[in-house]
Amino acid sequence: MLDWLDEFIWILMKIGFILTPLILAVAYTTYAERKLIGYMQLRVGPNRVGPRGWLQPFADVIKLAMKEIVLPSGASKALFMLGPILFIGPSFAAWAVIPFDAGLVLADINVGIIFLLAMTSISVYGIIIAGWASNSKYAFLGALRSASQVISYELAMGFALVSVLMCANSMNLGVIVSEQSGSILDWYFIPLFPMLVVFWISGVAETNRAPFDLPEGESEIVAGFHVEYAGMAFALFFLAEYANMILVSVLTALLFFGGWLSPFQGIPFLDDITQWIPGTFWLLFKASFFLFGLLWLRATFPRYRYDQIMRLGWKVFIPVTLVWIVVLALFLKLQWWPFNG
Amino acid sequence: MSSLTFEQLLFYGFSGLLIMSALMVVLGKNSVKSVLFLVLCFVASAGLWLLLRAEFLAVALVLVYVGAVMVLFLFVVMMLDVNFATKKAGFTKVLPLALIIALAFLALMKQFFNAEVFNQLPSAVSASDNVNNVEQLGLLLYTDYFYPFEIAAVILLVAMVAAISLTFRGKRNRKSQNIDKQVKVTKAERLRIISFEKEVNKEPKA
Repeated sequence: MLDWLDEFIWILMKIGFILTPLILAVAYTTYAERKLIGYMQLRVGPNRVGPRGWLQPFADVIKLAMKEIVLPSGASKALFMLGPILFIGPSFAAWAVIPFDAGLVLADINVGIIFLLAMTSISVYGIIIAGWASNSKYAFLGALRSASQVISYELAMGFALVSVLMCANSMNLGVIVSEQSGSILDWYFIPLFPMLVVFWISGVAETNRAPFDLPEGESEIVAGFHVEYAGMAFALFFLAEYANMILVSVLTALLFFGGWLSPFQGIPFLDDITQWIPGTFWLLFKASFFLFGLLWLRATFPRYRYDQIMRLGWKVFIPVTLVWIVVLALFLKLQWWPFNG
Repeated sequence: MSSLTFEQLLFYGFSGLLIMSALMVVLGKNSVKSVLFLVLCFVASAGLWLLLRAEFLAVALVLVYVGAVMVLFLFVVMMLDVNFATKKAGFTKVLPLALIIALAFLALMKQFFNAEVFNQLPSAVSASDNVNNVEQLGLLLYTDYFYPFEIAAVILLVAMVAAISLTFRGKRNRKSQNIDKQVKVTKAERLRIISFEKEVNKEPKA
């Protein structure tokens, strides 16, 4: 009877191996964000807790954990608590299909890309439920904004992913990366550059980050869908947002920049002397580049107006991606550059 | 009890969840909660499809129904302000009719389940372990079932165009922004530099 229990426990341990570094990474992404934006604005950022503020994330966690979770009057209690859980669950579950190195993946499934899209679409429910159950106008407006934004950009993102799977002939993320091996010129950011731009900007919109952070536009609707949340319930939203940011960065590295493949592949001498560097390093190196980009965007751009966001999604990205998919199909069928080798 | 495999446990778990959430959809008093239980229904049936090795269909069910269709449902239901007390008032009056319809549906379903199609399904699905679900489905859709597939797509497109034309009320004369004009704006259009005569302080210094 208990023969499957072994496997079950083994899977749980693997989940732990992925989630523990992820949560630590989330904690230090918040620190990096505050520090980086601080320096960009000629401030120092947090520097009180620990040497140079290194322990600031832990102080934040302890502070949030000690706080009381306030239930607004007239709120639907079960749904109020379900909201943050439904938001963070999918953003962690999506990591199941992320390959960290050749074969180093929790669930090596054939429908990896669609699974990722499905997970992002489930996390919309977390936002809507949180906004509705809060029994507050601001929270509800924030939830509506966020949901419509996420749904709109999911389409553009999906089309960008379609172009990647057309090139790789597979929806398995591991296969997509190994199809890019050869040299840096085989990475998909060269033939699919317009799709990379669309994917990256849609990723920023999907994670509700600046300049698309309308759901929590504090000048209009206080803090959006999580305005009524305090303590750990708020911390879950916070955690999920940063986990999503890291996920989008890792995905960009995987889909367009060769994932765990070394950038020196195919170069005679350099390839040999950098063989000892593990693939996971390259993946995280590339991902942190894009993560830095996300923080940089926040420090640089003012917030978009709501109609501008919708226009960009529906009138610019979706037509562009639709046309590009047809063009790409033509390129692939006729084996034009860069698909002739 | 010892013969219960992990797969069976999952099957009963998902089936139980499916039946329970389906009941809650019908019996729930709050329509928003009903929609959420319907979402749970779809997720549970996606789990069942996963057990049948139909991984693409399972994930597509979550993506399309849970991710797109039900979100719109939820939007609409949240906007409605339904008074539940008045909704319940006519319950006993329509109960006989509802029962008749329910029985008719049951009879229809029994008819369908007796059909040949359902008896040959399991052997066709779990024939081989290493079949790539996505490729198989893609090949079938774009070769054998090409016409039905494309016709279904066109029907959906027609429905979409019809829905848009129903809600479109013609061009109204309203103050809307011309985004192209906003984007192409130049410095000369917004900023005018005027030169003033220099004002001289005529009062003598003390």
